[in-house]
Formats: sequence, C-alpha cells, structure tokens
Amino acid sequence: MPIESVNDFVVRFANVNGSGSASANSMFARTVMRMGVPVATRNIFPSNIQGLPTWFEVRVSGEGWLGARGGTDLMVAMNPQTWDKDVASIEPGGYLFYDCSRPIPASKFREDLTVIGVPLTEICNREYNEPRQRTLMKNIIGLGALAAILDMDVEAIRQLLAEQFRGKDKLIEANHKALAIGHDWAIANLKCPIGLRVQKADSVGDRIYVEGNAAAALGAVYGGATVCAWYPLTPSTSLAEAFTTYCKRLRGEPETGKHRYAIVQCEDELASIGVVIGAGWNGSRSFTATSGPGISLMQEFLGLAYFAEIPAVLFNVQRGGPSTGMPTRTQQSDVLSCAYASHGDTKHVLLFPRDPGEAFEFGALSFDLADRLQTPVFVMLDLEIGMNSHLTKPFQWDDNRKMDRGKVMTKADLDSGRDFGRYLDVDGDGIPFRTYPGTHPTRGSFFTRGTTRDAYARYTEEGGPYVENMERLIRKFETAKSYVPAPLVEKAEGGARLGVIHYGSTAAPMEEATQILAKQGVKLDVMRVRGFPFPKSVEDFIAAHEKVFVVEQNRDAQLRTLLIAELGINPERLVSVLHYDGSPVTARFISRAVADLVAKIDPAAAKSAKEGALS
Amino acid sequence: MTYLPKPKFRHPEIEKNELGLTHRDYEGTISTLCAGCGHDSISSAIMHACFELDLPPHRIAKLSGIGCSSKTPTYFLGNAHGFNSVHGRMPSVLTGANLANKDLIYLGVSGDGDSASIGFGQFAHAIRRGVNMVYIVANNGVYGLTKGQFSATADKGASLKKGTVNRDDPIDLVTMALHLGATFVARSFSGDKGQLVPLIKAAIEHKGPAFIDCISPCVAFNNHEGSTKSFDYVREHNEAVNALDFISERAPITADYAPGEAQMVKLHDGSTIRLRKIGAGYDVHNRLAALNYLMEREHAGEIVTGLVYLENDPGDMHDRLETVEMPLNQLGDSELIPGSAALAKVNAGLR
Repeated sequence: MPIESVNDFVVRFANVNGSGSASANSMFARTVMRMGVPVATRNIFPSNIQGLPTWFEVRVSGEGWLGARGGTDLMVAMNPQTWDKDVASIEPGGYLFYDCSRPIPASKFREDLTVIGVPLTEICNREYNEPRQRTLMKNIIGLGALAAILDMDVEAIRQLLAEQFRGKDKLIEANHKALAIGHDWAIANLKCPIGLRVQKADSVGDRIYVEGNAAAALGAVYGGATVCAWYPLTPSTSLAEAFTTYCKRLRGEPETGKHRYAIVQCEDELASIGVVIGAGWNGSRSFTATSGPGISLMQEFLGLAYFAEIPAVLFNVQRGGPSTGMPTRTQQSDVLSCAYASHGDTKHVLLFPRDPGEAFEFGALSFDLADRLQTPVFVMLDLEIGMNSHLTKPFQWDDNRKMDRGKVMTKADLDSGRDFGRYLDVDGDGIPFRTYPGTHPTRGSFFTRGTTRDAYARYTEEGGPYVENMERLIRKFETAKSYVPAPLVEKAEGGARLGVIHYGSTAAPMEEATQILAKQGVKLDVMRVRGFPFPKSVEDFIAAHEKVFVVEQNRDAQLRTLLIAELGINPERLVSVLHYDGSPVTARFISRAVADLVAKIDPAAAKSAKEGALS
Repeated sequence: MTYLPKPKFRHPEIEKNELGLTHRDYEGTISTLCAGCGHDSISSAIMHACFELDLPPHRIAKLSGIGCSSKTPTYFLGNAHGFNSVHGRMPSVLTGANLANKDLIYLGVSGDGDSASIGFGQFAHAIRRGVNMVYIVANNGVYGLTKGQFSATADKGASLKKGTVNRDDPIDLVTMALHLGATFVARSFSGDKGQLVPLIKAAIEHKGPAFIDCISPCVAFNNHEGSTKSFDYVREHNEAVNALDFISERAPITADYAPGEAQMVKLHDGSTIRLRKIGAGYDVHNRLAALNYLMEREHAGEIVTGLVYLENDPGDMHDRLETVEMPLNQLGDSELIPGSAALAKVNAGLR
C-alpha cells in the first residue's frame, strides 16, 4: 500500500555536489514553511566540492518535530551514482521521483514503490539552448513538478523566487516560467497529488529558519566580540564567515565606515588561539571558531589561558573524530577533550546549546562568562546544529542588558589605594581582579606567565603558594556552577523512576522519543544539561532516579564519564544510549534503544507498560 | 638573585628625562641570567632607548615566548604589563594584544630557538601580517635553559663546547624578515650598545613590523673557540652597513657630513634618523639590494649589522583591517551591541 500522509513525511533529494541543486532544495523546504508547516532540514554531504553525492533531507512535520526521523518516504533520485542505495533506502510503500529522460531497466526499481518519472532533461533540452541554463532550470522544473504531486502552494514558490532574485526581473521571469513548465507537465501527465501532501497550517508562527553557525556568530556580535581569529576547518568555517558578514552589516562606524572589529584568518589553530588570548589579555572580547582537530592543536595555549586566567571564547563545532575522522558528519565527541583540555590539572567551562536559538543566546552569554570567570569558555556546537538550517524561535535582545566585564580594576580603583594582587581572592569566589595593560603609570602592572607565582603575580616555585593558587582555581570553578545555564527538566506526569540526561543537538529527537516512549507506557523524567561544571541540580536529579539513561552522540559515553568523575556517581546508575555513526541521532533510534534497555533493566515494568499501551 | 630587592636609594642629581623619570623607572627586577649574558645588554639597551624617548613605561606591553631571552622582559620596564607566553608563540599573542589596543607600544622579545625553530611559522606570519611591533630576537645559536643544544640559527660547521659539530644549514632571520615584508630590518650585536640603542629607538618609532636580530653571545654554552656566535667571533666578523644617530623631533642636528656620507630618514612620528654610510653605496630603502648584499657578505664570512632595510610610512595591520581610531578594547555597549531593532530586521530576513 502506498504511504498516505498529510504534513508528516520525509523527502530526500539525492544530488551531485556542485550541480546547483541546493538553492532549489532549500526553496522546497521554505515553501513548506511558508505554508505554515514546520520542516526540519539536513544536508548530508561529503568532504568534496564537486562531483560526489550529496543529499538534502526535508522532514515535513505538522506536529513540529525537528529532529531527524530516519527513513525516506519520497526519494528525489537525481544521482545515478547512488541510485541503487537510494532506491533501497525508501520506506515500504514509498515514492520514487526521477528523471525518466533515459530509460532505466525495470530491475532497478522496487515493486512496492510508486514511481514518478518526469523527463526533466528532455524538457530542458527542448526549452533551453545553453548548457548552464539547462542545468539550473532543471532544478526549478523539478521543483514545479514536485509542487504539483505534493499539492504545494505554487504562489509561495513564485514569491520566494521573486525575493531571491529581487531586482533581476529577467531572472525572476525565467524562473517563474521554468516553475510553470514543471508544474503544468506534472498536472497533465501524472496523478496529482500522490499519497503525500502538504496542507496549509498555522504551526510555524514567527519562528526563523537559520544555521547554528550563523546564529552563534550573531551571538558573538551581540556578545560584544571585537576580535575573531580563526583557521578554516569544517564544520566551523561558516561561523567565522558569518561573523564577517554580520560585522560588515552591524559593526561599521557610521561616520567613517571603519570597522569596530578585527578578523584575522590565521596560519593555524595555534595562532588563532594565541591571538584570542593576546586580545583577551588586553581587554578585548575575542573568540575563535574551530572543531576537534583545532582543539587538539590548541591544548598548550588552553592550559596557559586557564592558569594565567585569561578570558577566551571557543566555538567548537564538533564533527566525527578521532583524527580527521568524519569531517562532514556530526558527533558530540569532544566533550572530554574540551572539559579537560591541556596538560596538568585543568578544567574548563562548557556550554551546550540545543539549536540555533540557543547558539545565539549562549554565543552572547559566553563572553560575559569568559570575562566574569577569566577563563576559556567553550560553546559546544556540532555539525548538526552548525551547518543545518533549523526552525527556531526568533532571536531576542534586551536593550537594557550591558556587557559584564567582570572584575577589572580601573585607574581610579588603583589610585584609591586598593590592594591589587592579580591572583588574590578578595571575596571568596575564587575570582581575582585584573587590570588591562596601560591602565596606570605606577600601579597595577603585573607579569602574566604560565609558570607558577604567588597571589601578587610574583614568580615563585614554592609549593605553598602553588597549591593555594590551584585550590583557588577550584573555588573559581565551583563559582562557575552558578553562572552556566541551568539544566532544564521535563517531568513525566506524576514523576518517573527512570530519568534521562542529554545535551546539545540530541534535544529535538529526545523530545520526540520521550513522547513515543510515553505512548508505549515508558515514563521518563528528562533533564537537558546546558553547561559544565554541573550545577547541584544535576546531582539531585540523578539521586532522585533509580537509573538514568545518558543519551549521547559519541562512542565512549563522554558526558557520562564526566558525570561520574565530577559528581562521584556510581557508574551502574548511569546507562548509556550512544549513537555515533555520524548521522544525527533520531527519535526512532532513541526510543527503540531506551525501550530495549527498559526491558532488560526492569522486565516487569516493561511488560506492564507494553500491556498498558496495547489495552 | 631575584630574592634581593633592588635598593630604592637614588642620587639626588640623577639624570631625568622629559617625564621626570630616571633610568631606575625603566628597570625591572634583577636579572637571573648568567653573569655576562648578552641578553642583559639588550635589556639595558631597551631601557636606555625608552628612557631617551621619554616613553611612559606603562604604555608599553612587553611580550615573550619561552627561553632565556623570553625571561628578560621581567628585568626591564617594571611598570609595564608583561606576558611570558608559550614557546614560539609570542607573535600570535602579541598580534592579538595589538588588535585589542593599537595605542600601546608592543615589544616582542624572543630567541633563536623561540623564533627560528619552534616558532618559525608564527615569526613569519606576524611579520607578513604587518603587526606594528618591535620584534627583537636575542640570537645566540643555542638553547640555554636546556643547557646548550644547537638552535636553527647555528652556523653550519660551528661546534659546541663538547665538540659536537652542527651539520645543518642555518636560518638567517634577517633575510627571512626581508622576504616576509618587514618594513624595518636590522641586525645588531649585544656588545655594541652604540649601535643597538639608536636602532631600538628607531624601531619603536617605526609604525609597522620592525625586526631586530641581535646577536647575543651565550657565555655559558656558546662563547668558545669554534663558535660563530661568540663575542670574539662577532667582533672580528662584524661588518656594519651604516651607523645610526636617532634624532628626536626636538633635538637639533649638529654634526655636518659631506653629501653622500649621511642619509637623513624621517620616521613616522616626525623624528629623524641619520645614517652614516659605511658600506659604499648602500641604499637602505632597497629591499632587493639588501637581500643581495646580505647574501654576498655572508658568503664572504662577514656578519652584516646596522639598519639593513627601511620602508617609510608602510602602514600596519590596523590600516589593512580598517579598524576604527578608538582602540577596540575601549569600545562600549553602544558601539558594539546593535540592539533589538537591528535584531528584528535580521529575524525578518530569516523567514
């Protein structure tokens, strides 16, 4: 039976990298959103610029689930290279849309699929003479045909095309014509609509559709960052590039057009973090954007920033590791390498945004935290958040908010005779005062170094002052617990004996999985951790549940390790659910894995849950 | 001997500069380097240069990497902020500091291990980026703190005290700096204060990447016969291309030179340096000729010192980045945070 579904299906576009399909694909997704139906989109792409296969997945979800679902209901198969796998991956009873200009042997199809052939190449060759036009317009003609079979709003597409090519009337006209050709051909030659349909709704609201990297970059602008030093590295590159774009737009000095920012593309990640630390030391808010390999290179400097107490912000857009790993796939596998970056005893502050909305929020917040705590702060994005556009609540800003520059002594403070010791804890929170270079002719200067010193920054290798300083750094880390964003808890009705802890991009699929499991009778209290060091509430949550599933996108259960190490939790209480094949974790995966584990942990409860769900 | 505080006693008629400061105001803590170390002479030359230029010490930021040379910033300009960073990474830290506040003077102190070995890349990139700084390498051809291994500037055929001979080709940082676009390039010798002090003064006044390679013999590990970085060797093979007088804007020019003997060069701040030519026909503004000359003299076994190359008004990294006049670290909320109205527009473009 062909799949029948309104506003709940997955379309996957199989393309060749560099064929110009991205724009038409994104327009498809945006049309659905313009129709008021939420979508979740993902790019699946190789480490390549031209020629290799790429996919673009659009999950249409009237209910608003934004995680990856898994499976494909309608495959738009435009890449002969991946045809066999693409066809095989379609859900039973699904649909296959393809270019039927050239015959494909019957053995290449599946009997359970509804096959929709449109002679795209043939139409293009008939309509256009130029090869470039044939390629580009093929995508738009295809979009027109898809709109017809899915009953989409053609007017919305026309509008989007008009917006995209604003000011270029000829292009608008040509695209509108191509759209109509495809649409008309489908209406005349195919059964429209098919079993899958998009129906107008009102479920998108005022949400925006944006990439996490762009959102984080905008957060850096609003966080007051003035120095960005970076080295190109997938999947973090677009963050630095977006910062450049937003700065050009928002950070010019009106009178002169000069820049209230400095962006340096460095020779490597060592230099990037060096520049960031130099600027932070000198009182500028500064950051770098990088990924796992970059973090590896920055280790020595991170220890310096921790020990010399210099503010720095690092956006780590995580990808598949180790080594070069899977540069274009997503993972949460740098948790430990960031939490304990560098040699010696070090600990770092981590923030875990769930989506572009929080990437903006935490992006701005990270600069306040870095200044307040005088230490590196890691914003832990991943490729799933960073390089995909997501629907998210609009960015918000309170105009009364001011930058928190932390404990900085001014010239007036120093003139007043206040005692200044660069590493002196004056009020018990472990955070000392600092001065910016050049502040005062005779007071407040100090020597910054990675070697040991006393509370007045005087070089010493004495054990006493060293231990005192290391203990103070621990006090400061304790203080950080109250500054990082608090965890959020969703309780099951009436509470549950089992809990879940998750973080970052696992949020969307976790929410959906929780509902799937609830329908099966598996009740879960769910905590989303948003920062490290873990506030007390994390400990309390674990203590209040018999077992807690820790859902992560890495092999080694890194957050679980951190929970055990930092909170002294009995490992048996924390049960791992791990997904790390490079694709974003799905609700299907989590719900199946958790259901299986519940059956093992508590067979009686699982059985009664099952019966309850059936009755 | 840092545990000994310096005595505070001052002679009532001690010399003061325009700021009313004495030489003592430009000092740091007592050096812990070996007695007779060339590096201490460089520190002394830096203090003299800053004193004579009437610079407020706290408007200087002194940065270094790791090694004997990189320890020296503690021993001068005690009222300046200092940053003893990571081995070979001073250039990036200095670059960041400079980005944050272009109004301070940036003094980068490094060594041959720090700049020619572990930090060769950062040395190169800070120079090609046009960072406004004085970059001094105290060059002794050996690692001192780890007790006398060859560095990358050690000459081929030079030998260590215990007889080990260096088989590898040396890196010449002066030639490199010229290639990389430094706009002030000099070499000097820690034993020649008369040459070094005016060079440092001119380098400070120069707006752009100013590089000084200062041969600074290591008395503990590289001052023996067979070394090409010893006091004796350098004195014997020193070939100065010019002699330098630094003339501040205020000071009158007194001495007379026959035409062709001296070249007057205006610096960014309006001060002047007078170059008394020693090398016949040497033109300090010709990068290509400088490279040729250096390689030729090096082949003849000489060590070329003096101001090797100078570009007038080259501009710096901030000019290239088109940053605003006000230092970036002084911009406040109203200059940096675009506000909710601007954000609403961004939101509107994302639907």
